[in-house]
Amino acid sequence: MQRFSALALLRRGLTAHRSWAPQWRRAQPQAAYDAVICGGGGHGLGTAYYLAAEHGIKRVAVLEKGWIGGGNTGRNTTIIRSNYLFDESAALYDHALKLWESLSQRLNYNVMFSPRGVMMLAHSVHDVQVARRHIHANRANGVDNEWLTPDQARKFCPPLRTAGIRYPVLGAALQRRGGTARHDAVAWGYARAADALGVDIIENCEVTGIHRGTSGAVEAVETSRGLIRTPKVGVAAAGHTSVVMRMAGLELPLESFPLQALVSEPIKPIFPCVVMSNTIHAYISQSDKGELVIGAGTDAYISYTQRGALHISNHALAAICELFPMFRRLRMLRAWGGIVDVTPDRSPIIAKTPVPGLYVNCGWGTGGFKATPGSAHLFAWTIARDEPHPINAPFTLERFRDGHLINEAAAAAVAH
Amino acid sequence: MLLIACPYCGQRPEVEFSYGGQAHLARPPAPSELTDDEWAAYLYRRDNIRGVQAERWRHLHGCGRFFNALRDTTTDRFLATYRTGEPRPPERA
Repeated sequence: MQRFSALALLRRGLTAHRSWAPQWRRAQPQAAYDAVICGGGGHGLGTAYYLAAEHGIKRVAVLEKGWIGGGNTGRNTTIIRSNYLFDESAALYDHALKLWESLSQRLNYNVMFSPRGVMMLAHSVHDVQVARRHIHANRANGVDNEWLTPDQARKFCPPLRTAGIRYPVLGAALQRRGGTARHDAVAWGYARAADALGVDIIENCEVTGIHRGTSGAVEAVETSRGLIRTPKVGVAAAGHTSVVMRMAGLELPLESFPLQALVSEPIKPIFPCVVMSNTIHAYISQSDKGELVIGAGTDAYISYTQRGALHISNHALAAICELFPMFRRLRMLRAWGGIVDVTPDRSPIIAKTPVPGLYVNCGWGTGGFKATPGSAHLFAWTIARDEPHPINAPFTLERFRDGHLINEAAAAAVAH
Repeated sequence: MLLIACPYCGQRPEVEFSYGGQAHLARPPAPSELTDDEWAAYLYRRDNIRGVQAERWRHLHGCGRFFNALRDTTTDRFLATYRTGEPRPPERA
């Protein structure tokens, strides 16, 4: 792997940077692998990296039907936090946050992790009670979270308007360790590191079938670039999970909705943190390019188009203008959508399946980016050892039958 | 924005409607006779089709009625809308 460093930049600069080789190979699919990951987003690429780096499983292929990181990994609003209510969720997302904190060093790739703070606003007596309970639950689980008064919230984020709005800000919960990262970078960082360990990254390769042997176990995947034999398949296909799992005869509790995001024209640094409001539904941060990155809720219907309607993003912008009136004259530059696979309890599934050798990592819904390194690490563990890590053990497929829901849908209390 | 042909009111913009999810999900007549798997399947399992699917819509800010639709989820194009109780129409090329 060509290591990045100041010295390397200097040396290569002497030849006008013409000596850099591609950061990962355009690998040809082999006839067989020890494990195949279906889905080349952040979660899938990270899984392949950890399989090679931590479990010594290097004969791995990542199959991506498009280009790596071109799905939800390339379309999210980059927010990272671990302030989820339930014990199982706090453990899961904080596992990811801890990995984010050293990821650039580990991968020798600048993922631009910026722990600038994530502030979640409270607009009603109910919000205040829920937020304070949430803060206590987080702190009991070793996750940082603290209560701010409206004055303190304004001090932390000067553009915020707390009074004179329809639902005034009565306070906020701040996770200082939360923040943002560059979404493309985490895909490319994992791809480069995995490739260096021998993982084949194969783009333009759509999985079209999953072959099972007489025992019912996975034997091979059929793809648009040929048959690939493998005893282990890890599916990290986000919005397309239902499509892929059906190939193995499995039906999942998922619905795939469009999730839109949009960015403003670039402006000088003005927004120092991430702010989210569940009641006036929108979230916002400022990228290092200067664009305000804005998102809110999904469109209402199932769709694989990666686009939604204007009235949905208008709702998000109305919320932003209400909370940050200084932005109301900004022009929006670019809008897009992803496909988010949503579970009934809004918690993911990271688990073995009833099909031996088939593992699934899905259901992250609107919140998968923040979990990328943690999800990848735990999924690799599950695949390598054929059993879950204690942290992802509760996130089973069977919890919907057994009633052990991890109901972050209720906990988030997003206004509908 | 989608234009949706309510079978009762005609074509109206998406903002007049709420989404009703997958169509033709019959509530089991005797839930206590089902296994846990079967009950969970009714509650939570969904087809989530990439392609033409049958789904429900409700004309919330219009006539208020539920109805069904066939829509291609890869293009968001509606193939048909039909009244509750009517069978799913065949897809025409």
